[in-house]
Amino acid sequence: MELNRLTIHELRKKLKEGETTSVEITESVFNRINAVEDKIHSFITLMKDSAFEEAQKADKAIQEGNMGLLTGIPIALKDIMCTRGVRTTCGSHILENFIPPYDSTVVKKLREAGGVFVGKTNMDEFAMGSSTETSYFGITRNPWDLERIPGGSSGGSATAVVADQCIASLGSDTGGSIRQPAALCGVVGMKPTYGRVSRFGLVAFASSLDQIGPLSKDVEDCAIMMNAIAGYDPNDSTSVPADVPDYTKSVSKGIEGWTIGIPKEYFIEGIDPEVLAAVEGAIKQVEKMGGKTVEISLPHTEYCVAVYYVIAPSEASSNLARYDGVRYGFRSKEGRDLLEMYKMSRAAGFGNEVKRRIMIGTHSLSSGYYDAYYKKASQVRALMRDDFNDAFKTCNVILTPATPTPAFHIGEKMDDPLQMYLCDIFTLSANLAGIPGISIPCGYTKSGLPIGLQFLAKHFEEEKLIQVASAYEKNSKIEKRRPDL
Amino acid sequence: MEYEPVIGLEVHAQLLTKTKIFCGCSTKFGAAPNSNTCPICLGMPGVLPVMNKKVVEYTIKMAVATHCRINRENSFARKNYFYPDLPKGYQISQYAYPLAEGGYVDVEINGGKRRIGITRIHMEEDAGKSIHDENQPSSYVDLNRAGVPLIEIVSEPDMRSPEEGVGYLRRLHEILVYLEICDGNMEEGSFRCDANISLRPKGEEKFGIRAELKNMNSFRNVQRALEYEIKRQQYVLESGGEVMQETRLWDDSQGVTHPMRSKEEAHDYRYFPDPDLVPLVISEEWIEEVRKTIPELPLRKRGRFVKEYDIPPYDAGVLTASRDLADFYEEAVKHSGKPKIASNWIMGDILGHLKDDKKDIKDSPVTPEALAKMINFIEDGTISGKIAKEVFEEMWKTGKQPKEIIEEKGLVQITDTGALETAIGEILEANPAQLEQYKQGKGKVFGYFVGQVMKVTKGKANPKLVNEILRKKLSES
Repeated sequence: MELNRLTIHELRKKLKEGETTSVEITESVFNRINAVEDKIHSFITLMKDSAFEEAQKADKAIQEGNMGLLTGIPIALKDIMCTRGVRTTCGSHILENFIPPYDSTVVKKLREAGGVFVGKTNMDEFAMGSSTETSYFGITRNPWDLERIPGGSSGGSATAVVADQCIASLGSDTGGSIRQPAALCGVVGMKPTYGRVSRFGLVAFASSLDQIGPLSKDVEDCAIMMNAIAGYDPNDSTSVPADVPDYTKSVSKGIEGWTIGIPKEYFIEGIDPEVLAAVEGAIKQVEKMGGKTVEISLPHTEYCVAVYYVIAPSEASSNLARYDGVRYGFRSKEGRDLLEMYKMSRAAGFGNEVKRRIMIGTHSLSSGYYDAYYKKASQVRALMRDDFNDAFKTCNVILTPATPTPAFHIGEKMDDPLQMYLCDIFTLSANLAGIPGISIPCGYTKSGLPIGLQFLAKHFEEEKLIQVASAYEKNSKIEKRRPDL
Repeated sequence: MEYEPVIGLEVHAQLLTKTKIFCGCSTKFGAAPNSNTCPICLGMPGVLPVMNKKVVEYTIKMAVATHCRINRENSFARKNYFYPDLPKGYQISQYAYPLAEGGYVDVEINGGKRRIGITRIHMEEDAGKSIHDENQPSSYVDLNRAGVPLIEIVSEPDMRSPEEGVGYLRRLHEILVYLEICDGNMEEGSFRCDANISLRPKGEEKFGIRAELKNMNSFRNVQRALEYEIKRQQYVLESGGEVMQETRLWDDSQGVTHPMRSKEEAHDYRYFPDPDLVPLVISEEWIEEVRKTIPELPLRKRGRFVKEYDIPPYDAGVLTASRDLADFYEEAVKHSGKPKIASNWIMGDILGHLKDDKKDIKDSPVTPEALAKMINFIEDGTISGKIAKEVFEEMWKTGKQPKEIIEEKGLVQITDTGALETAIGEILEANPAQLEQYKQGKGKVFGYFVGQVMKVTKGKANPKLVNEILRKKLSES
């Protein structure tokens, strides 16, 4: 049996019953990596040696009866989460050799839960992108069609899961960076409520939007991962001291009597017909499961992209100011004085998309433009939050397509930033409003590309997302396929 | 034309918290470069700030002491600029919503009182230090100071002379030190001041164009820089020119200000709300709690000293210069019951010796109790005021109690009338010429006799008794 194909909950059972060991699972994962990594390139850095050490430790713990939530389970981390002693590049030349002397809070939590770290996954540079094509370390290919992108920015975290190079992974989502690649690769991806998971040690892109979340093979695994990473962290002032429920309890509960909101603004022209058909099928399925669907309106949806592309770059322009070549990271040796050192280090250290966003953000915050851009965008953002609060008065969760199209071709949108930005049109609003969202597979195109379905819920109601997604997963009987690699 | 200066001051005060504003690193001055640092104050990727509550508490203290309105909800903003000693590429500060606004302090100038408005007080983090190697084309960065908490206190443009400016600064300094939230050390940079200054024709309402002055690291330099700048601007205006809106650096050695950057070169700091910190909510209860910890402030203390101890305002001013000195004085008064005498001893001998020894009042080898005992010995006639000086010197040197010293050295005053009468009789007999002069009306000779008595008794004779007996004997002879 190929252990690496199994889920966390399946492996936990086997580990508990002594049917397998973490070392065996880890071996199967690294065998798979050896076999397919050249084709898809999920990872920037592999952590093979430490992974086997952790696996041995896990096996010992299991023998001693100390089994944590994730003991012995191989997990991949997006290379945006700081790992003590292991380089954390953020997909950028400027951090190519950066080795953090500290663990991010989520990494600490996964360690405490007994997880085995497989490696650091590829991503768009500083999480800026929707295709994993802006990585300094090369592109990642979609396992379903190697000529296509896997989505992004957490592209490597999605491909590693669907290609069974790990059991589950963590990504980060600033405008859809977990949910969009999850949809395009056919895995489950959740962006929790802003403040649910600590951002400490997550290299910041846009601080008011960034949130860490899991990518997994099924909804139950998503719940297990959430149990491991959610919770207040005194090191992150924006994390919320709210109780964390046991998310696995929401699995297999059913949604009898629920009202599902269908926002009319999300069913727009330009949406791929196959995607539309799959999502319409999902709506019928939800109704079959005892849910009542109602059309709702989120009137400010049309401003999502505009608002997002003011706020996110504004924050990014400030967050990325620290990469100046003074203390760590890449420093150009060409500069003859301080200003030249700054300019040349940043010019050579950052890629084009990052530079574009730094420029947009710097402009938006400049005196004379602040009111028209950043301030206005913040005001509209507040209206979007109101939209959702109003909508959730009439429904339990909201259902939308996760992306307007399936995975597109490599290079297709690299020269057209606006088209690239529109890939996230259905996922941006959750980040702007701070609410949780989940993307799960809801079918395949004729050519065999996965299609994603998104559910959104009120702040801190991840349980409802687990409940509805798990019910859908069980009842929809979407054929479980594996990419042929 | 007569011009009137308009001055506003911005003060940065380092707060005396044990740890930095957003991390747990020590704020101790003088540690080895970059030893008081961690990933947070080094601005490493992914780290986040967490507010130090003590900083808020100290800032509330200052706000209450300066009669400011405290914003119940205030928040942090990022001030963006590039500099090697600014690790994040931005400084976390407060911008649109500072902690406190709209206060004042009263300043005593030439016997009168002036009320100087305070526009705002806000919290922010300090930057590190760049150290430039003069012999090599390289610079070093020390980030020990990065993240040390500061408050910025911005005044209204209410001051009209360098004296008022410095008077205001001294008041702020005094309050900060009294509240024990800042050590006030200007040389080490824990109390820094920038000045905005412009001139306008006397009687004119509208402000002139201002220059901002930086790099003045003592009260004296503030005074000198303002005086220089007034002359410079006056010269510019009188020769038909226009003052430029610019930032100028004070050059201590040459006693002039130099242009540093013009308005056009000024930074656009691109302030925006810091998304890493949630708005700070300050409850009424918290303010009340802090209010209770505020000690009597210098101005009020001064008034009380004048009234309660009946000492001159000048004495009260000197004695309230610091809380420790004022406490020392009150303690000495409590044990001696002699406010004016205690004041004289402290202002003269104690402060003089402290200055010579470069010591703080807290380290005075003479305790207020010991000083009071010594005063009591003078009052009850055990020693004379002159002998007391000798006793005091010994107390300062050895830290011994006055009683011990008086006994050891046999300094007890001669109050034995018989002994003094004998001594005086002998002196009069031995100096017939002087006695003759006295009799002929030369009153000054009286002093000569007193001196002789003191010489013979090695200063131990009770002066009052000597006067009495001498007068009696002289009238008899």
